[in-house]
Amino acid sequence: MKRGVGLWIAALSVYAFLYVPLAVVVLFSFNDSELNAEWVGFTTRWYAKLLSDQTMLQAAANSLFIAIVSSTVATVLGAMAGLAMHRYKVRWLAFLALTPVAMPEILLGVSLLLFFRQVLDLTLGLVSILVAHITFSIGFVAIIVRARLAGLDESLFEAARDLGATPWMTFRRVLFPLMMPGLLAGYLMSFTLSIDDFVITFFTAGVGVTTLPLQIYSMIKVAVTPEVNAVSTLLMALTLTMIGLASRLAPETLRGKG
Amino acid sequence: MALLEFRNVSKRFGSLLAVDNVSFAVDSGEFFTLLGPSGCGKTTLLRMLAGFDAPDAGDILLDDKSLAGVPPEKRPLHTVFQNYALFPHLTVEGNISFPLEMAGRPKDEIRRRVAGMLALVHLEEKEDAFPHELSGGQKQRVALARGLVNKPRVLLLDEPLGALDAKLREEMQIELIALQRNVGVTFIFVTHAQQEALALSHRIAVMRAGRIEQLDEPDRLYGFPQNRFVADFIGKINLLDVDVLESTPDRLSLAAKGLGTLTAPPVQGVQPGAHGCLALRPEQMRVVAENEDTGLPNHFPGVVRDLLYEGDVTLYRVVLRNGTALEAMIANSAPGRPRFFEVDDRVEIGWRPEAGRYLHD
Ligand SMILES: Nc1ncnc2c1ncn2[C@@H]1O[C@H](COP(=O)(O)OP(=O)(O)O)[C@@H](O)[C@H]1O
Ligand SMILES: [Mg+2]
Repeated sequence: MKRGVGLWIAALSVYAFLYVPLAVVVLFSFNDSELNAEWVGFTTRWYAKLLSDQTMLQAAANSLFIAIVSSTVATVLGAMAGLAMHRYKVRWLAFLALTPVAMPEILLGVSLLLFFRQVLDLTLGLVSILVAHITFSIGFVAIIVRARLAGLDESLFEAARDLGATPWMTFRRVLFPLMMPGLLAGYLMSFTLSIDDFVITFFTAGVGVTTLPLQIYSMIKVAVTPEVNAVSTLLMALTLTMIGLASRLAPETLRGKG
Repeated sequence: MALLEFRNVSKRFGSLLAVDNVSFAVDSGEFFTLLGPSGCGKTTLLRMLAGFDAPDAGDILLDDKSLAGVPPEKRPLHTVFQNYALFPHLTVEGNISFPLEMAGRPKDEIRRRVAGMLALVHLEEKEDAFPHELSGGQKQRVALARGLVNKPRVLLLDEPLGALDAKLREEMQIELIALQRNVGVTFIFVTHAQQEALALSHRIAVMRAGRIEQLDEPDRLYGFPQNRFVADFIGKINLLDVDVLESTPDRLSLAAKGLGTLTAPPVQGVQPGAHGCLALRPEQMRVVAENEDTGLPNHFPGVVRDLLYEGDVTLYRVVLRNGTALEAMIANSAPGRPRFFEVDDRVEIGWRPEAGRYLHD
């Protein structure tokens, strides 16, 4: 009994450690005061203010655009990588696709910056951010897709051929539908990673284009305003929804069973 | 003309000769079984027939035309896999329509034929169920329906009853026989269970280590096994080591070491001095108390070592003077009566000469 209580306290403090800061942000986004100091009263005016802030809206639009395009491309490429990793059990193939997942973001950011500027002589902007986001998302999609494929019975594809399906029809009618939950999960994962990425975006954004995380950062350099709390809360809600959806669609990947 | 023919087919996996120069022909409408212990090459034969593997040597012919180079989807053969391989994302109806859709049949024809198939395998109620909602026996039926719906020339079945429990397996055996008779499709059935093979098949090819040991009808296989392996693999059997004393056109005279002489039906081409074994089915053996007369020319004294009561019959294990144990299967007397013999009883065990079969080593 005693040990049970101790365990509960330990668990609760860990969760408190994780979630209290987030809860404070959410709470103060509804606080009717300019200062993040004490609770004055409930309001939604910071959210209204967000909606009339042109810079903020532009940043949000950029973020959404980048997230949608990069996760779409990353899902297609990542699915191919995952398929290849599953089909041809070549060590270095998996290694190459998965390295960006484990690579420190700062390293990836710096190396992409050098690559774009020194090697390609590209002006940093939307394209460079997109390429960067696609790069770090592919590995995640590949892992999810491969886990999904590993759980499938190979004889299903032979059964399809046996019952008259050409290789293409086998892909369309059997393999693709069975991969679908993995693809969706991979897409949502990439979307989440992209929309709240700061470090890599910071290195590859250049001057012209701002995303939501970059915008938040430039605002808090002055002060943590309630508006920052509000936009952070929205971002958090979006991220949680995505993660929730992804874990529903591909539980074996995100719950560590695959 | 045979529907299907294997001509000197061999298949090698690395240094292992999985299929070794196999030839046989299957007639239209036949229920043909490949029987043998696990690893003897049955699945490899089916995979070559279905088109998943190519033979290293030899040829497989359907309607006298070689199947070499024909991809699986172009062969008019369908397979029922051991694990059923039902598509998990499709309903029962979706699974059964799959081959018809692949063949580009019109929608109303698909609906009609799927409904007919569902009725045939008694699954009308499960049309909209997904595979994970079905029991083992129901999955089995869906796999059969899916394999049969597009009227293949041959249906291949790779140990389809292996995953079912004993009672269900027996029910499915009866259904399979009826199903095959109703649809008239040629079945090539793979199993390692000899009882199943005997119960279902028109003909059986007994395989060992990539070769066919004997190809025969079930009763011929049971009654006239051609070698020690087949005799031992099919049903229960006693094998008594013997030397040939005399071989004439109407009988063999044999010597069993430490026992004496006995007679057996003639076997062509056997020379005196040859060594082999005498195969005796347990149900052909007679056992009497030691002082009684069996009335049979082949009989020896022995002691009941074990007995196995099986309800309708009892299996007695009788140990002879030379240490050989012979099993005798004897029908039990009416309920409530004592058993004929008990362990340690001294008995006389015998058999009619025609019941024995000499197998050359
Ligand atoms: N793809 C393969 N690679 C290597 N060896 C194989 C392969 N398929 C089958 N074998 C071997 O060939 C032999 C026959 O296998 P199989 O046809 O599956 O036997 P059965 O179906 O009678 O149990 C076995 O020894 C098996 O290990
Ligand atoms: Mg097998």
